[in-house]
Amino acid sequence: MQRLLILLPPLGWLLLLVAAPLLILGLIAFAEAGPGVPPFIPPLGWAGGPVWQGSTESFGTLLADPYYLEAFLRSLFTAFVTAALCLLLAYPMALGIAGARPSWRLPLLLLVLLPFWTGFLPRLGAWIGLLRDGGWVNGVLGLAGVGPLRLLYSDLALHLGMVHAYLPFAVLPLATTLLRRDRSLEEAAADLGATPFTVFRSVTLPLSLPAAASAFLLVFIPAAGEFVIPELLGPPEAQMVGRVLWGEFFQNRDWPLAAALALALLVLLLPSILFFQRLGRRG
Amino acid sequence: MRRIGLAFGLLFLWAPILLMVLYAFSADRIPFQWGGWSLRWFAALAANERMREAAFLSLRIAAGAATLAMLLGSLAGWALARFGPFTGRTLLGGLAGAPLVLPEVVTGLSLLLLFVLAQGALEAWLGWAPGRGAATILLAHATIGLAYVAVVVQARLATLDPSLEEAAAGLGAGPFTIFRTVTLPLIAPSLAAGWLLAFTLSLDDVVVASFVSGPAGTTLPMLVFSALKVGLTPEVNALAALVLAVAALAVGGAGLILARRANGAG
Repeated sequence: MQRLLILLPPLGWLLLLVAAPLLILGLIAFAEAGPGVPPFIPPLGWAGGPVWQGSTESFGTLLADPYYLEAFLRSLFTAFVTAALCLLLAYPMALGIAGARPSWRLPLLLLVLLPFWTGFLPRLGAWIGLLRDGGWVNGVLGLAGVGPLRLLYSDLALHLGMVHAYLPFAVLPLATTLLRRDRSLEEAAADLGATPFTVFRSVTLPLSLPAAASAFLLVFIPAAGEFVIPELLGPPEAQMVGRVLWGEFFQNRDWPLAAALALALLVLLLPSILFFQRLGRRG
Repeated sequence: MRRIGLAFGLLFLWAPILLMVLYAFSADRIPFQWGGWSLRWFAALAANERMREAAFLSLRIAAGAATLAMLLGSLAGWALARFGPFTGRTLLGGLAGAPLVLPEVVTGLSLLLLFVLAQGALEAWLGWAPGRGAATILLAHATIGLAYVAVVVQARLATLDPSLEEAAAGLGAGPFTIFRTVTLPLIAPSLAAGWLLAFTLSLDDVVVASFVSGPAGTTLPMLVFSALKVGLTPEVNALAALVLAVAALAVGGAGLILARRANGAG
């Protein structure tokens, strides 16, 4: 009885606000777009009994028009590059934090996390101001006799903004794992005559591989659906899934197509999501 | 070598932020153009009524969503950590974990579709339905926050030393007394951390809020986003400097309290 009182409120809430919306999303993806409010014909009708009046038109559009396929490929590619760059930057940072004097570790970790609390949008604003045509970076380049270069609304700006936004997510799992690692293994390897590089390659690195995979996926999964950063920093012609979905929904008011895009994104990310959750359970 | 890596990473993270804070004090109209020291953009920010209204709305939504998330999320974390295997555990764990891994656009769109259908149903039954706005954003943010609180609280409960509660029970304390005097104080820091996490996530969110909001609900991130889309205003720099100052004070304060507590305990 007591257990039910504890269990029911969150379970009811989650069924209503997580499970039901996802089911509705899946259903609307099979609806036919139409005029009216909301702008679709419900796929399940009622005429003396339930009647199926849905269509797979939206999925047909997704498969037929290379525009959508390109958006998916570009999203996955950008997310992959972002996650790889984050991992590359985060690993030495996490090693540095774990190797620092004990009294320095928490302040250093906070220094990594504090930008997260500066707000996501203002940080993008900083990049806009830095990379603009008459912006700060071009000013500095101008002093060196270079430029002005077109930096904003480019792939460079997009990736800088993505890595900057997601880097703290990659540092955190790596730093906690490296901080907690059993150093006696490394000491033993060193005692047996291994050079520092061999110790790193044969002990530290394999030990931290699950955390590295977690860090990679922690960036890759949200980055694949990212809307705001490509919209504010990326090249206007570079469509990514988040932007395409947003456009279909807000500009074209094609809700079934937006739902189909969301569903397709979810299916594409599902292997990564399941793998990520398995890593979490083991660690 | 690792020090160089750490220094480079920190420089990359902080250089744009510090430059932005510096130029928030510049008098020039063009952002990131030095025009001498000035506080005019802070004054402009304070005088900007739309910005102020949006900020109050955002703070109210964030506080409400974080509180709901803390209450529901700690119940979910408790059930996951303490109930052992039970029917529906996988369902609860899966649903509580979903908002953590779903792309924002998917969360936003699916919640909006739910709200639209709910509005339609209410309209059919009652002839009236509440509009979308602050309330729908609050429901959405509470759901996302719930997931984060559940993780934090579950992790804390899993590492709790069971002997403390057993000792209290051995001394004759009832389940409620044990919870109030032993368990609650021990998990209070993680409740606070979960609340703060849900609060900041809500204050930072623009995608989900844009989907589920109606014409009446414009939050601060939605306003800043539209400002950034048409071009940067120095007011955004000033706003960022303010937010950073508040965050640094909060983190510094928490650090001081922790350090004092550690000293007191040692």
